[in-house]
Formats: sequence, C-alpha cells, structure tokens
Amino acid sequence: MTDPLFEYLLRQGDNALVLGHRVSEWCGMAPAIEEDIALANTGLDLIGQTQMWLGYAAEVEDKDRDADALAFRRDVWDFRNLLLVEQTNGDFGKTLMRQFLFDAFNVLNLTALTQASDPRIAEIAAKTVKEAEYHLERSRETVIALGDGTEESNARMQKALTVLWPFAGEMFVADDVDVAMFDAGIAPDLTQLRKDWDVIVLPSLNSAMLTVPDSDFAHKGGKNGVRHTEHLGHMLATMQYLQRAYPDARW
Amino acid sequence: MTRASVEQIWGWLDAVPDPEIPVISVVDLGIVRDVNWDADTLEVAVTPTYSGCPATRVIAMDIETALMDRGVNSVRIKTQISPPWTTDWLSDKGRAKLEEYGIAPPRAAGGPERCPRCKSTDVERISQFGSTPCKAQWRCTECLEPFDYFKCI
Repeated sequence: MTDPLFEYLLRQGDNALVLGHRVSEWCGMAPAIEEDIALANTGLDLIGQTQMWLGYAAEVEDKDRDADALAFRRDVWDFRNLLLVEQTNGDFGKTLMRQFLFDAFNVLNLTALTQASDPRIAEIAAKTVKEAEYHLERSRETVIALGDGTEESNARMQKALTVLWPFAGEMFVADDVDVAMFDAGIAPDLTQLRKDWDVIVLPSLNSAMLTVPDSDFAHKGGKNGVRHTEHLGHMLATMQYLQRAYPDARW
Repeated sequence: MTRASVEQIWGWLDAVPDPEIPVISVVDLGIVRDVNWDADTLEVAVTPTYSGCPATRVIAMDIETALMDRGVNSVRIKTQISPPWTTDWLSDKGRAKLEEYGIAPPRAAGGPERCPRCKSTDVERISQFGSTPCKAQWRCTECLEPFDYFKCI
C-alpha cells in the first residue's frame, strides 16, 4: 500500500476537486441567476479547499509534484474521490440531491478532522468546515423545497434520490486507509459517522416528502480508485484538456 | 535605512483597500494577522476569507506593492489559515463603512439588521450567495431595493 496519509489526503482533495468541477459545469446554465451564483460560489469554495488538501498531499508525497500536477496530470485510476461526487449533474434537482448527500457527510467528516492528531489536517478542516456548513444549509433547504414542491419537482427529486442512494454507502465503508488513519488519530470512525449522517439526512428527506430506497446496496471503488464510473474519465477529459495539451501553460 | 515600526506598518496597511470592496481596508477586513520584522525582511501573515476567494492573491500583491512604495524592499507574505478567518474580526470602522457603502454588515443572528439604504428592518433573503464569496443577496420589502449582505461566518 502506498503511504496511507497520502492516499487519505488525495481522497479529501479529490472529493472537493471533482465535486467542485461538476458544480462549476452549471456556470451560466442554472435555472435562475441566484442559483447560478450560488452554484459557482459553492464550486469556488470547493476548488479552494482542493488547493489546501492536494497541496498538503503533494508535500507528503515529496515527489516534486504540486497541487496542480496532482489535479491535472493524474489519470482516472489515480483519482481517489467517492463515486457519488463524479456522478453527472443531471437536472438541477439531481445536482442539489448529490450536493446534499455529500454536504451532510462533509460537515461531519470535517468536524471530526478538526480534532485530528495531524495539526495541518486539523487546520484545513477548521477552515473548510465553515464553508461546508454553509453549503449544507443551502442544499438541505433546497432539497426540502423541491421535494415538497410540485408534483413534477417531487417526482424529479425522488428519481434523483433513487439514482444516487446506491452511491451514498461508499462514504461509510472503511478500508485499510481509513483504518490506518483512524489508528493514527486522524480519521473518524465511519460507522459512527453513518449514524450521525442518518440523523441529518433521513428527517430532511422525510420533510422533502421523499422515500428512501429500501436497499443499502452500495457501489464501491471510487475512494480506492479500483473502479470509477465511466463519467469521471469524460469529466477529466474536459477538466485536464488545457494542461495536457499545453503543459505548464501560464497566463 | 531605518526600519519602520510595526505600528507604522499597520497604519500603512490600513490604507490598502480590499480589491472587491474598496471602501474597507485589508486591516478592517481582519485578514492581516501579524506583522513583524525578520532581520531586514518584513513578514506579513495574511489569512484568506474563503478558501477559493480569487481576491486573496490580488490582496497579497497589493500589500507587497504598498509596502514597496513605502520603501520596504524585502517583504514576505505568509498565508496563515489557522485560526480560520471569522467575520468577528471585521473592525467597527469597517462595519460602519460597509453599511455606508450599501452592504449590510454581518450579524451573528444570521441576517442583516436593516436595509443599508432606508434603514427599514423589513428585509428578506433572496439568496444565500452573492456577487463575491463573502456576500449574500437580500431585499428590503419597504423600499424594495435589493442589497448585499456580508455573510456571517
């Protein structure tokens, strides 16, 4: 296994990077200007967070790569993000549902990481959790408003939940890296995190008049990089194009 | 050359405007965390408001330029993320200037106290986000003008 700390930092950074890029795909296309701005701001926060996580990952790796090299010069199999965040935007409802499921996890995960034994991780978590809380407030409210909206918006949110639910479970499945980081006093216990996540997510989905799928089947393979969904490669083709075509381009 | 005192430097920095909200200075905004001399190099610790705020780099450049103009030849800008920036660090002078400029200052209650224009307390939220990462959009239901609210974090 490669250094678990490096792997763990890539996971944090890649979640922020991939979701940040996905959200930025809405720029100029959201249903209302306020939503366009909200999505762009959320994406911006996430890309800023990416710089801190991947910047630290690069230092830990110590192989003369920086955050940009990690973001733009790795291929699909080297990405360590959750499958959830690489799923396509779909309609506005699906984008917000994906955001909500992740935000609830992100807030709990970052809150726990503020107590990490690694001071740099604790610092980054303390900085980013404030932004994550703000994102959660909005995605939660919007999911409830759309779920408990019209017949059409409710149907779309239900469809989004049904499609995305099997991708939520991966967040809570601990593997070797999670265990090593837990033992090092860094990562939280994911079983407990799941319970806390349920406390945030389930009542909100209930208020949104949505039915949680009756299966806890979970797609896996994102955070360990074993099997990403086909969508990530397409996304990277766009995201990395410039640095691949014109390496080290500056302006 | 004699080195300028740290107090004097704080005064100079208080004249460096925030690039996106030029009525307040970088000191008013609370992002300058420390100023000290390391031999002949002036070290300035700056903390970002939001992780992805694009103004952060411009601010570092503006600070460097302002200090060079005052004759400080060697400046090192240090990014410091801990403790994380909070709107509690906005100065009272900064808050007053924000309101005068038409931006409602942050409040722990989570929303603006009043419309920065007509001062009515009948206000409603349009969106949690606004034209910069640090602002949200609100509207006055009395004078009907939309206005920016400086988010409280």
